[in-house]
Amino acid sequence: MTSTGFEPKIAAFVCNWCTYTGADLAGTSRIQMATNVRIIRLPCTGRIDPLFIIKAFERGADGVIVSGCHPADCHYTAGNYHARRRFTLFNDFIEFLGIDSRRITFSWVSASEGQKWADIVNDTTARVRELGPFSGYRDLVRSGLTGGQDAGT
Amino acid sequence: MSRIGVFVCHCGENIARTVDCAAVAKRLAELPGVAHSVDYKYMCSDPGQALIKQAIAEKGLTGVVVAACSPHMHEKTFRRAVSGAGMNPHFCEMANIREHCSWIHEDRVKATDKATQLASFIVEKVKRNRPLQPIHIPIERRALVIGGGIAGIQASLDIADGNREVVLVEKEPSIGGHMSQLSETFPTLDCSQCILTPRMVETYQHERIRLHTYSEVESVEGYIGNFTVRIRKKSRSIDEEKCNGCGACIQACPNRKSPNEFDTGLGKRTSVYVPFPQAVPNIPVIDRASCLFFRGRAKGAKKDVCKKCEAACGKGAIAFDREDRIIEEKVGAIIIATGYQLYSIGKEQANSAFKGYGEYGYGTIPDVIDGLQFERLASASGPTAGKILRPSDGKEPKRIIFLQCIGSRDPAKGIQFCSKICCMYVAKHTMLYKHKVHGGQATVFFMDIRAAGKGYDEFSRRAIEEDGARYIRGRVSKLERDGEAIKVYGYDTLNGAPVVMDADMVVLATAMVPQTGISTLAQKLSVSYDRYGFINEAHPKLRPVETNTAGIFVAGACQAPRDIPDSVSMASAAAAKVLGLFSNEKLEREPSVAVVNRELCTGCFHCQRVCPYGAIDRFEVKDRKDTLLKTVAEVNKGICQGCGTCQATCPSKSVELEGFTDEQVFAEINALEWTGQGNSGEGGRR
Repeated sequence: MTSTGFEPKIAAFVCNWCTYTGADLAGTSRIQMATNVRIIRLPCTGRIDPLFIIKAFERGADGVIVSGCHPADCHYTAGNYHARRRFTLFNDFIEFLGIDSRRITFSWVSASEGQKWADIVNDTTARVRELGPFSGYRDLVRSGLTGGQDAGT
Repeated sequence: MSRIGVFVCHCGENIARTVDCAAVAKRLAELPGVAHSVDYKYMCSDPGQALIKQAIAEKGLTGVVVAACSPHMHEKTFRRAVSGAGMNPHFCEMANIREHCSWIHEDRVKATDKATQLASFIVEKVKRNRPLQPIHIPIERRALVIGGGIAGIQASLDIADGNREVVLVEKEPSIGGHMSQLSETFPTLDCSQCILTPRMVETYQHERIRLHTYSEVESVEGYIGNFTVRIRKKSRSIDEEKCNGCGACIQACPNRKSPNEFDTGLGKRTSVYVPFPQAVPNIPVIDRASCLFFRGRAKGAKKDVCKKCEAACGKGAIAFDREDRIIEEKVGAIIIATGYQLYSIGKEQANSAFKGYGEYGYGTIPDVIDGLQFERLASASGPTAGKILRPSDGKEPKRIIFLQCIGSRDPAKGIQFCSKICCMYVAKHTMLYKHKVHGGQATVFFMDIRAAGKGYDEFSRRAIEEDGARYIRGRVSKLERDGEAIKVYGYDTLNGAPVVMDADMVVLATAMVPQTGISTLAQKLSVSYDRYGFINEAHPKLRPVETNTAGIFVAGACQAPRDIPDSVSMASAAAAKVLGLFSNEKLEREPSVAVVNRELCTGCFHCQRVCPYGAIDRFEVKDRKDTLLKTVAEVNKGICQGCGTCQATCPSKSVELEGFTDEQVFAEINALEWTGQGNSGEGGRR
């Protein structure tokens, strides 16, 4: 696709009811998009632990998408509000953790927004491709400096 | 060691066109723990499912991954299939390589890589899946209906006729609601009392309806199938067992100056009263605020005063000292049918978002009344015995003006919605007026005539064409007292000219808003409501009578402005939902719920604070000597819906959502490293 040949790998943490279904709709509508995104399905954005994001970067992701139901549309009434608060705080830590915040996309995609999902996939892929590979965490783990303490597992 | 079977589906050409399914199966076979990996044209077909069942038996599989379409499409199908082969259905998961891969990509190499990786995530997850059993919750097969208007009455009768017990709670002394106040109903002009009263009596006499009038819901605990409701039975100051409804106390009461609420303040009543003659139950209430005896006591009089009702009662049923009682009922489902009230336009509203209409002089000009007051004037049982007379001087108004959309459709005053019924009842009012005041002229100021409904448009046309109502399209800016008349300053938008008219009486079609206290009730029930206080339905189209709390339903005008046919339809629909729920002895729930590890839990209860359903209880861990060791969180499986917000919040990682445990999700994330062929997506072109 690009002359650099670098194809980023992007992990997407999405809720089951809005964004996963929105991505399904993009499929049924045959909306073509970049092949770089790997979706991990969760019941709700409220279930998404910030550690998932850090772990994804450690395990080879160059970018991360977090997406769920729009505010007021949460299948579980309020899970997305908790997620929003959590990621507002987390956002302040991302740079501190050594991750360029442009590698992470937070968004709301409803079950009817197949096109919006495709746009987010393409935009994030293009942005992360520009930023280049993220290898900081992998290098750190391989060097043994973390003392074997893996996040979360 | 896991023995996972991977089944890659071609979906005809749908997947196979862009994904090399055989290659995916081959690469996944190399993943540790995969014991069997094949591709097939249609996995969801009978032979496809047979393939899975056969492999489970022959290869001794411990888990199944079907790489095919979206789990929203066929997860149930495949889980049923593996169940048929004796495997716990929760050991079967799907990887979505159609909607999320083959349909959205054209590059075969990249799509194949992606499909392989998506399936590998699920393989890693399934390795860590646990067998889950459906949760069975016993159901208390009785229903609570809150509100005894037409919606509550209909719902109660439907459920009771369906052979289940109903507890009906009404806050007023009688059931009947607003419908009992109406004179005649559109579009048939049949008398409201005549069709309602038999249903009220039927409700009262039904052996499976337990009626609590003059009662309010105090608290609600529990969850679908198992609610415990505490009901405050307000004291009538009358012994309900002894009273035979003879009315001697009412005859004896010397205080006849209290405004009659049932007649919307247009008439007077005694301090001991029944709201209206057909009240059900026909048991009086003593209004303690106006009763001479209670006022005397409140003032600290040394000797009790009045007590004339007590002397008059032949049954000894007057019980001045009776206090409120709290009773407890166990029910499995709840229907909210609390109805509406009219937006009172005269003054600033209690809810400050509503501004009121000081310019219309409601409450200061006595001959400016609202729609319900007109109903009482037109009602044969009303304060004027059905004659249309002005409240100020009792004269017959020869010029009557109706103003529509007062409050409704007026964002500047705080309400955006259309109250739906006003166009119809104003048309009805003009007809009732014409039938009673033959020489009179009815004029209506309207914005649009919204008469959608069976026989509705015909009805409003009849008001204009046969009963001579004059309709002026436009709004009125001000009402002013002018001697005996009311000056109406309006604007005719079709003529493009201001209009000034004299009227003898003005009727305002004010907006329908939910009852006061609806938000408190909604909070007790943990159901959501909109900014006006209307109860939110679970889905505006597909789940119109359910709320977002399982086991709680909604009917009638507490959900949105509704007319009688709509309210009745909703009530029957809600009753059908309740009876459907009650058709089983036990409720089967998906087992994807949160579980607390008591060893790890430190009892910080952050989970309790974030849980959208209130599903977290406190559990006391005690030793054999019954000493309290610690208090930990416990998930009520009946309430938990499985969002997992608690797990992401828990600082000690001691609560886990079954089906999406940290172990499972991290296993999926770890699989990001594995690409099948040491190929990190830098594939060539087709």
